[in-house]
Amino acid sequence: MRLEVDIAGKAYRSASGKQHAALAGIKFALNAGEIGVFVGPSGCGKSTLLRILTGVDHDFQGTVLRPDESRIGMVFQEPRLLPWRSVEENVRLAAPLIDEARLSELFDILELRAHRSHFPGELSLGLARRVALARAFAVEPDFLVLDEPFASLDKALAARLQDEIAALVASRSVLTILVTHDLDDAVRLGDHLFFLSPRPAQILQVLSIDTPRAARGEKEIAKIKSDLALLPTCK
Amino acid sequence: MLRLLSFAVFLGSWWIAAVLAGSTKLPTPPAVLNVAISEAASGALFFNIGVTLARVALSFTLAITVGIALGYLMGRVKLANRLGDPWLILLLNLPALVVIVLAYIWAGLTEVAAIAAIAINKLPATVVTVREGTRALDASLDEMAQVFAIPRWRAFRHVILPQLVPYIAAASRSGLSLVWKIVLVAELLGRPNGVGFEIGVAFQLFDTPRLLAYSLSFAAVVLVIETALVQPFEARLTRWRLRAA
Repeated sequence: MRLEVDIAGKAYRSASGKQHAALAGIKFALNAGEIGVFVGPSGCGKSTLLRILTGVDHDFQGTVLRPDESRIGMVFQEPRLLPWRSVEENVRLAAPLIDEARLSELFDILELRAHRSHFPGELSLGLARRVALARAFAVEPDFLVLDEPFASLDKALAARLQDEIAALVASRSVLTILVTHDLDDAVRLGDHLFFLSPRPAQILQVLSIDTPRAARGEKEIAKIKSDLALLPTCK
Repeated sequence: MLRLLSFAVFLGSWWIAAVLAGSTKLPTPPAVLNVAISEAASGALFFNIGVTLARVALSFTLAITVGIALGYLMGRVKLANRLGDPWLILLLNLPALVVIVLAYIWAGLTEVAAIAAIAINKLPATVVTVREGTRALDASLDEMAQVFAIPRWRAFRHVILPQLVPYIAAASRSGLSLVWKIVLVAELLGRPNGVGFEIGVAFQLFDTPRLLAYSLSFAAVVLVIETALVQPFEARLTRWRLRAA
């Protein structure tokens, strides 16, 4: 799996009929097993970008090359679970072929075992997010898209999830795109960091981290972050 | 308990009114009951109620099915909405009687004409309600289904349909009460059997006990169906809401 993106522009029409530019100049390529992280101010068009990358939005100038048969697993900014289906049914709806062992494993990793038969309305936001993560992993994706997946999770769980994502990416060669505003998360997980400008978003700066993920200790991360502090766009 | 009391008060006032008004205008409850029993014994009561119920079931199913399909289409596709909207407004405002009479003129005094006419009367309200529901669909869930490549039919069944259920239930509810009323008119005007036909005959003969025997038996059957079938079904369809709250 390889993702090649060259978006020249994306405009949308607001309710008043005015044209607005959402994206301008997004060009990058990622390979299987790599994690690309998008960092940028909120409201800069990251969600628009993800909608284009996942094939939901075709109305833009440019090209997105991605194998047709690639399976996508996605965690949206909100959990987007079906309120009328239980936790387990929500996961199974997206991943009908999943075997019981893998499902149990996912529920264990994400600490959802006790909540399998609960309905989303009974869950806290943090729990619902974990279900959304379980769903994204359950489809055995080639292409994993994570839109702020660690927000509203406690530090310890977020760290475990990051390990899980890193393991998944390594073992199954998943191409991952992560959108975050947390520089720590970006530096801990990313192979390539893309820093976006305010709307209309364009890539202002790319940072590739060569140190293997497993070898990135707190020291490494602090050093990379201090280098980044020099960049004008980061916050 | 309160219901029984209210029923008893109703029976009592009926009886008093019957004694005051005289038996041709308003027969007493036992007189009506006698007719109902003899009609039941001959099998005519069950046959006629059965025929009417069959018509209700057929026309209701037809109207709901077509109504959901059209309503969904009009809610999703702008062009379909523009094309369909004027007809919808026309049908919504066309008196039931006109539809029934025209159906009988064009399609003859046939079963098909009767069922189609009843269904057409019920159709526009269903379309409007389901269209409303379709417009209120959560686009973010659609997007989720698309990203996860959930096949179209599965997505419709598990993502779309549950969102439409409250609207379909509302349409069914108001639709059923409309069908109960219209079916009798359609039978009175052009069918040789059914509760509506019997009421028509009783009216021509000024046979008030017979008229009341059929009307009240039918009303009782409707009441039983509403409480024993429709309401539990509604509760079942929306049970996840209770758990979610």
